[in-house]
Amino acid sequence: MPSLGADMESGTLVEWKVKPGDRVKRGDLIATVETVKGAIEIEVFQDAVIDQLLVQPGEQVPVNGVMALLRGEGEPPAAPAAAAPPPPPVTQAGPVVAAPAPASRGVRASPAAKKLAAELGIDLAQVHGSGQNGAISLADVQAAAPAAPASSRPADPAAAMRGAIAAAMSRSKREIPHYYLATDVDFGRSQRWLEQQNTTRPVTERLLPVALLLRATVLSLREVPELNGTYRDGAFEPSQAVHLGVAINLRAGGLIAPVILEAQRLDAGELMARLSDLVARTRSNALRSSELGTGTVTVSNLGDQGVGLVLPVIQPPQVAMVGFGRITRRPWVVDGTVAPTPVVTASLAGDHRVSDGHRGGRFLAALEKLLLEPEKL
Amino acid sequence: MTSVEQSVREALLEVAPEADLSALEGAVAFRDQLDLDSMDFLRFVVALNRRLGVEVPESDYSQLSTLDGCLKYLAARSPPG
Repeated sequence: MPSLGADMESGTLVEWKVKPGDRVKRGDLIATVETVKGAIEIEVFQDAVIDQLLVQPGEQVPVNGVMALLRGEGEPPAAPAAAAPPPPPVTQAGPVVAAPAPASRGVRASPAAKKLAAELGIDLAQVHGSGQNGAISLADVQAAAPAAPASSRPADPAAAMRGAIAAAMSRSKREIPHYYLATDVDFGRSQRWLEQQNTTRPVTERLLPVALLLRATVLSLREVPELNGTYRDGAFEPSQAVHLGVAINLRAGGLIAPVILEAQRLDAGELMARLSDLVARTRSNALRSSELGTGTVTVSNLGDQGVGLVLPVIQPPQVAMVGFGRITRRPWVVDGTVAPTPVVTASLAGDHRVSDGHRGGRFLAALEKLLLEPEKL
Repeated sequence: MTSVEQSVREALLEVAPEADLSALEGAVAFRDQLDLDSMDFLRFVVALNRRLGVEVPESDYSQLSTLDGCLKYLAARSPPG
């Protein structure tokens, strides 16, 4: 069971898509799991043959719990429960929406204790551990059960997601010293370029402004690598690739930021197609495990909401978040005269432990310059 | 209900699967009634194209912003049959 966010403790298996004996390739979807982020498709991370399925539909599995045994081609099947299982698929634990209640990070508890605590909605930080070094056993959780705090996880999925968002956003603001910068960007040339492009593109290939905004963001991050990566255990790890999280609002309430992996390899048209696909699968509850918790930076585009300036909240363990407001026609000085021009306010939230305003400013300057020459994006 | 209207409703449900269309008002913008953003709207136009074979230039999008607008626009342009 991969972790799809640092607060995720377990998922419930909905169905297997494979059976023992099936050959799978890296990236194949092998199961559907229900989590606080909705139904997620689990991908397998290596070419293999399915050996044994260890979990039944309806069962809850803790994060890092073994769901199935895989074997290499030509290897004999493992004796049931006797062979050491291969490491379970583990995604980089970068949360999208959720983060743990901070005190429970590093709380030592047995898997059974964690499972029961999750089922009862008990915060492990509230449980007294009777084991060595305060380790929490199943009995400790059972003893704590009658005193379950009012924050028990409700059965309602929307409320569960709200709880996960609350934990993540609280953690972000508590741990990350945010700085904020913004700039107004002349979008006139980009707008005209898009309109001209769209007159000749079939409807399935039309571009929205967001495609250019995402492309310019990815290119600008190359100039300021301190904004792209993860911060863990007191250290920043820059990332060569840009795994671009895109904040998508769920109409039923809630927010999710699935990731476009290796976004630096994609041009504006490809980013548009990937984004459209992500939106479709977000709405139909069909996101994949590799798309959650794996981002190195996130973009929040609230332009359609009529928001002028976005002041984003960074999603740990990321170190920056980029915001775009509504593209509006404003009086703007162009070639010495004032002309109505589409203008968008681009903003940046940066983690001050990793970057400073000067570097953040370089990012916004690069972004502005790129959007003035859309044909080069 | 005409088959064009049926197709419009089905296209809306593609982009907003959770929407309750039973009380959809003909003259109110989809964006307001169904909380659609520009990406949702573009996907709606793509769905209409796939279902009805109508190619809608970007400059005509505003005519499709309500149910009434869609029906009027598409009635003039749907291939017969």
